[in-house]
This record gives sequence, C-alpha cells and structure tokens, in this order.
Amino acid sequence: MLQEESDLSLIIAQIVQKLKGSNLYAQLERQAWGSWEKRILKSLNSMCTELSIPLARKRPVGEQKELLNKWNEMGTDEPDLSLFRPVYAPKDFLEVLINLRNPNYENGDSLSFRTHLGLIQVPLKVKDIPELKEFFVELGLTTGQLGIDDSTQVPPELFENEHVRIGQKVLAEQDSAAAQQYIRQGSPTALRAELWALILNISSQPEDILYYEQLKTNVIQHDLLVDSLIYKDVKLTASNDDYYFVFEDYLYQVLLCFSRDTSVLGHFAYNSASPPKSYIRGKLGLEEYAVFYPPNGVIPFHGFSMYVAPLCFLYHEPSKLYQIFREMYVRFFFRLHSISSHPSGIVSLCLLFETLLQTYLPQLFYHLREIGAQPLRISFKWMVRAFSGYLATDQLLLLWDRILGYNSLEILAVLAAAVFAFRAVNLMEVTSLAAAEAVLADLSTLKVMPLLQIFLFATVT
Amino acid sequence: MSRPKNQNYKGHGLSKGKEREQRASIRFKTTLVNTLMDVLRHRPGWVEVKDEGEWDFYWCDVSWLRENFDHTYMDEHVRISHFRNHYELTRKNYMVKNLKRFRKQLEREAGKLEAAKCDFFPKTFEMPCEYHLFVEEFRKNPGITWIMKPVARSQGKGIFLFRRLKDIMDWRKGTAGKKLTSLEAPPARSTVNPSGSHDARSSDDQKDEIPVENYVAQRYIENPYLIGGRKFDLRVYVLVMSYIPLRAWLYRDGFARFSNTRFTLSSIDDQYVHLTNVAVQKTSPDYHPKKGCKWMLQRFRQYLASKHGPEAVETLFSDMDNIFVKSLQSVQKVIISDKHCFELYGYDILIDQTLKPWLLEVNASPSLTASSQEDYELKTCLLEDTLHVVDMEARLTGREKRVGGFDLMWNDGPVSREEGAPDLSGMGNFVTNTHLGCVNDRNNQLRQLFRSLQNQKKASS
Repeated sequence: MLQEESDLSLIIAQIVQKLKGSNLYAQLERQAWGSWEKRILKSLNSMCTELSIPLARKRPVGEQKELLNKWNEMGTDEPDLSLFRPVYAPKDFLEVLINLRNPNYENGDSLSFRTHLGLIQVPLKVKDIPELKEFFVELGLTTGQLGIDDSTQVPPELFENEHVRIGQKVLAEQDSAAAQQYIRQGSPTALRAELWALILNISSQPEDILYYEQLKTNVIQHDLLVDSLIYKDVKLTASNDDYYFVFEDYLYQVLLCFSRDTSVLGHFAYNSASPPKSYIRGKLGLEEYAVFYPPNGVIPFHGFSMYVAPLCFLYHEPSKLYQIFREMYVRFFFRLHSISSHPSGIVSLCLLFETLLQTYLPQLFYHLREIGAQPLRISFKWMVRAFSGYLATDQLLLLWDRILGYNSLEILAVLAAAVFAFRAVNLMEVTSLAAAEAVLADLSTLKVMPLLQIFLFATVT
Repeated sequence: MSRPKNQNYKGHGLSKGKEREQRASIRFKTTLVNTLMDVLRHRPGWVEVKDEGEWDFYWCDVSWLRENFDHTYMDEHVRISHFRNHYELTRKNYMVKNLKRFRKQLEREAGKLEAAKCDFFPKTFEMPCEYHLFVEEFRKNPGITWIMKPVARSQGKGIFLFRRLKDIMDWRKGTAGKKLTSLEAPPARSTVNPSGSHDARSSDDQKDEIPVENYVAQRYIENPYLIGGRKFDLRVYVLVMSYIPLRAWLYRDGFARFSNTRFTLSSIDDQYVHLTNVAVQKTSPDYHPKKGCKWMLQRFRQYLASKHGPEAVETLFSDMDNIFVKSLQSVQKVIISDKHCFELYGYDILIDQTLKPWLLEVNASPSLTASSQEDYELKTCLLEDTLHVVDMEARLTGREKRVGGFDLMWNDGPVSREEGAPDLSGMGNFVTNTHLGCVNDRNNQLRQLFRSLQNQKKASS
C-alpha cells in the first residue's frame, strides 16, 4: 500500500514537474525569441533607412515587363549589392543560443560529473546512444543501407537490386507511409525525386501550379527589400559553390516566390516564434495596419539559399521544386533557425551534439575546450544548414533521405558528433581554434552512412 | 612482340622481344610549365634535361614535332607524346574526310545500320571546295542554323552562325579567293574553351593548307541539353598507345564545362554573331577564377541518372564509347603508327536534348593548366596515370585492363569488363570495360597493382 502511494506521488510529482517545465519553457522561448526577433527587425529597418529603400514598393510597368522577360535567367543580372548585408549569419544566432538560460534552473556552484561543459546551458532532454540506437534501428550493422551496401565492391544481388525493386513497388502503390519506412535505408538515385514527393505528399495538381504562378506574378509586381537580401545570399553562397552554381536561376525563382507565400505563415502555429511585423508607412503601432514582413514571415539569413540548392538536383519543374522546398521548410528547416524546445529544434540538436561528445569522447571534448575550440562553434554551421554545401551532393541526399525517413533532424547532431569522432586523432593534436577549424574544413570526402553506423553501432561505449 | 602461349588474351603491346631493361633514371624533357611539369618532376627516378641533352621521354608540342620528328633518331625505349600526323584526327576537315570515308567502307562491309553508328559528327562541308554539296544540303533543310568555322581556329575570329545563304554569299565575296596574308594570320596560337582554358594549336596546322582560307560549314546543334538553362560540353580523355594495332585507354574522370550565359537561339537571328558571345565566359565581378564553372563527370552522371534513370545513362555513355572507338578506327590506316609515339587526346562532346552525344572536336594537346584545385588534382592524376600506362619503368606485364583511372577500352578489338573472360564481342552479355564518370579509386587500384607486380617479379626471379 505504501509502495503504491509512493509510486502514485512519484507519478504526480513528475506530471507536475512536466507541466511546470512546459510553462517555463514556453516563457523561455518567448523571451529569448522576442529579443532576437527585435534585433533582426532592427537590423532590417536600419538597412532600410540607411539605403533609403522601402521595405516594399510596387514596380513600374516597364520594370515588370523586364523582369518577366528575364525570369528564367535572373542570375545574369548583376545589381549592385555591395551595400546590402545579410541580416544575420549562423554565428550570430549561436551567440543567442549560448546565452539562453532557464531562470528557474539552479545549477549550483559545485561542479559534478553531470555538469555540462558545453556552450548550451539549457537542460533539455536529449537522447543518449542506447536510445538513438533504438530510434535509428534501421541504420544498424545487420541492415542493408544505400551509402554502404551499394558500393562497387558489393555485388548488387546482395542488397541493392532487391531494394530497388521494393522501392519501385512502393512507388507503384503510392504508399506514403511505406515510403517513409523504406527510405530509412536510403533511396536509389533514380527513385529519389518521386519518393520524396510521395513522403511529403506533393503532387502537382493544376491548383498548385496556379498558386505558384500567382506568387510569380506577385514577384513581378512588387519589389521587396528582402529580394535584395535573397539575391545577395545566392550570389555569396550557392553561386560560388562548385556544384550548385549551375542552378542559380532556379534559386531565385524559388526563393523570391517563397518570400511572398503567406501560406508559410501557417507553420508559425507550431513554431514558438512569431512572424516579424511591419507597419504601413505612417501608421506605426496601429495593429490594423500591421502586415507580416516579409509576407511569408521568414527573414533569410546568410546561407539560406543552401536549403534549396540540393533540391535542384532532383526537381526541374519550377512549381514542383517550389512545393517540395516549401514543404521541407515548414516540416524541417524552420526548426534549424528558430528557438524552441522541440527535440528537432536547433537548441536540442546543439545539446544532443555536445552531450554525445562529452559523454563518449570526453578526452577530445575536454582538450578542445581547453584550447578555446568549443566543438559547437565548429559544428553549428553544419547543423543549421543541414550539412548542405559541406558534404558531397550524393552524400547529402543520402542524409536527407534519413531525415525524411525518421521525420527528425536529430541525425544531424549524430553526424556532427560522428565527424568529430572520425577526425579525433588529428583534433587531439591541434592547439588552437583555427587549427581545429582547418582539420574540419573539408567534409567533401566523407561517406555519411559508414560514419553514422560506426558511431552508433560499432563504437565501444 | 611475343604473345603468351597459353591464352588468347592479347597483351596491350609492351615490346617483349627481349626483357625490357630497367633504366636507372629516365631523362625527360618538356616545354610546358604547368601540372605536367609538377608530375614529371615528382616522379621517382625521372630527371629533367634541358636544351640539347639526350632524352628518353619528351612531352613535346606539335610545332617541335613537325620540325624535328623526321630527323630525330630514337632508341627503341624512347617515348614521345604525339603521333607524327595526328592532325588527321584533330583537324576538322581531315577528320571529316576520314570519317566519311570510313563510313562508306562500313556501309559496304557491314550495312547501313552499322554505318549509321558513325553519325555522331554534325554534317560538315569543307569550304570552298564542297560549296555546292553544302548548298544542296542547305536547301534540303531550310531554316536550320549553320556554323562557319575556320579550320585552324583562331580565338573565335571568323566563327559565325547563319541561317541564310545570302549571309555566306557576302562572306564568300569578302574573304574567299583572297590569299592568306599576314592580315588574316591567326593572331593567337590557341582556342578558347567555355571554361577559359586553352588548347594549343599551332601554325603547323596551316602549313599544309592552300593559301585560301579553309573553312568548314557545320550544322549547328540547336537543341543542346541544358542544365540550369546553361549549355555545356564534356571533356573526355582518351590515351592512344598505338594505332596498329589500335590500343586505346579511357580515363574515368573528365568534366562538363558550362557557359556562363543562358542558352538562347534568339541572339543569332539573321545576323552574324561571333561565337565568342556564347563560347567565352562572361567576366563578371562575382566570377571567382578558382570556381571554374565545371562539373566533374561523376556529378554529371549522377545528375542524369536521377533525372532519366540508369538505363538511359548507360545508353548515352555507351554511345560515347562508340564515338571514341569509331573516330580512332577511321584514322587507323592513315596515322603513322610509330611505336615511340603515344598521344593523350581531349575529346569535346556535346549532348543534345534527346541524349544523343555529338563529337565537336578532338584535341591533340588538351589544356593541362588547372583552373581550380579540383582541376589541378584531376589533371595531375590523369598525367600520373598516363605515365604509368606509358610505363617507362617497365613494370607492367602488358596484360592489365586497368591502370589507375585508365580502363583499357580497345585492344585490337573490344575489351570486356569481366575478369579473365576472353574478349569476344559475340557474347550476349558482353559489357565493355569502360567506366566513364564512375568511381575512380585509383590510389587503391595502383597500390594493389604495383604490389602484385612486385610479387610476381619476386616469384619469377
């Protein structure tokens, strides 16, 4: 009887804790995001004032015609973008995350082995390796994988042929849930575009194409300040990339339309952020005259266009490419640059990364910390961009297969830790942050799936 | 040349009259100062000779060849990097003549279907001697676009596109019949490729010309395959070790060179348009020279596979194999097959929207200067492997089907991919031993190859 009682009170205590916790977290999120948001808007507004450019204006007819003619080759345009700066870069965002504190959490002055030595000081729950092994069970050593078991030394009869056959069957039956399960083992190159569309529930209906055309008209008719930021970002990142430069024009076609798509606002319902607002000229503070700016509520940061670039590999029809990107954004990518306590949110990913490193590679973690090279400072940019632009394209697509398959971004943190584990020997010898960055500068030769497998399933813990 | 008595497999031609002596050091000479120099200098046991010293290996340029080949005595072991009359393959008018003749021969011997395999060269007519034939063809296909190119290309000058006979009537009046004076002498010795690198041409190519300007009129491929709205061509490397018998190796790596401008036919409407507008990359303030505007062939192959499926890609690449082999066969009887000679050709291939490959031209001196770090690595490895195949060190047995990134493509007959299988093309499941655009794990392969060669030597000594 006593046992039951104490069990019960334990359960109740846990529930109370949970409720308390969630309230606190909500508060935390709102506070943190609130001040960050203010900073971004301030930056945008000051750019606006400095350059005397309105946040939005209607294009004169001549300009509209010109843009329409050039729609498929906007990359050939070279507007003067020297005065524009990206509103923020991932490292600015990292600083915000580092300073997140839960005001009710008492860390205590005494250090114990539980003390977190990383940069993130918010005690969110993250998975440990046993839990990750369970979660990612299909990546185990005894299950066939694309990215490993399709290499040239392995005869295709062992795994690849059968896997392709199953993939074709899944597509034939248009079974979205089965596709999601299937893709955990990777997608064959020829089937990937269709599989992703199936999982994301994208089918090109006439109304979707029409919707895209409407957005395009919107772009033609109005010029937004944000457009210049998009231009600048594409020119700075994707255009300079060895592989994605080819798709420059598609990136404009997608991102310019994206910024005007108000349906994206819908994702703020489950995002703890709120879209930035702006006011019609002269009506500052009057809620009736508030509009979301940009219309989709998303202010692009430095590197944003890299979310779209890998998709150009798979989709060539602009409206389909657009839909796929939009869906990927509202399901996954937005979590990488907004503050939340969601397990796939960037804060949790950072904490997961640091915890994995501290727990399973303590010597490396400690060493890097000592030389002033906190690991998160290096891996943050990889995770924010979901590794786009850092991995070779075929490896990146194999990684994103698993994001879709597991409906989670946690794999990004695991991969980041696995990369550190892989280069641990070299990293132990460096004596500065710059040297550590150099060891980890080039990820283009990495094979993603073997790294993940070894880290999760083949490392002695 | 001795053949092993117990198998039908023909070695790839290393002279085995007596055991090839291993030389203490190999004296090389070259005038080029780029990746080639780096590779030669780093090769163990190779020493540079300058000026009038005696050499064992000379990577010469074609002008030296013309002036000196005929009065240079070379010992049996000596190697030189060009065939005496390579221009039979590399100058457009000769190539066309040879190909046409070969095609007729094939039609006689093997029928129309087999002859049609030679239709990979856009219809070309030599001017002015084939002018009437050209007019006949022109009249049969009204409205298509033609391109006029001087045979010894000089930096885009004199190249133009046209659609009306009237356009070339004017041209004919203007330049044909005029003697080639210093006025029209090609100013530069090189032609510019879309990526900005230069292939060497020399005045030697014009030496055998009639003083009247020699041009060719060629059907312009109006429906090139576009990626990201851009036109591109492929650069592929083929190493020919001898013509009689024909022994050719295909390198796995290569690249696609993109033009910076978006492809459109509208700019050639009824005007003379110098190709430099399309072929030469726009220099823009954002252009980073180290970026290169190139895709490695592996990336290109993956891109196509994800768009069209693996079978279509297989077909395309085997059509390209066909181009390499047929083009070499067409000049087999004309080129002086000196055992001292080998040649590394750069093939330029254009793909059209139906995924048919076209041969644009063959370069005897493909550019060896690197436009980026990636390009540097490709060319260094290409040259290292070329030297491995040339085998001045006498390490190979002559029965290898693969050396580093080179696969033996043709050995007096097709070469099959399977290990040890006799090379019979009559077999139903014959797969050619080419891996263009496939994984190039040359380091591993070379290590294994040389280790096993060493072991064989130890065993037999």
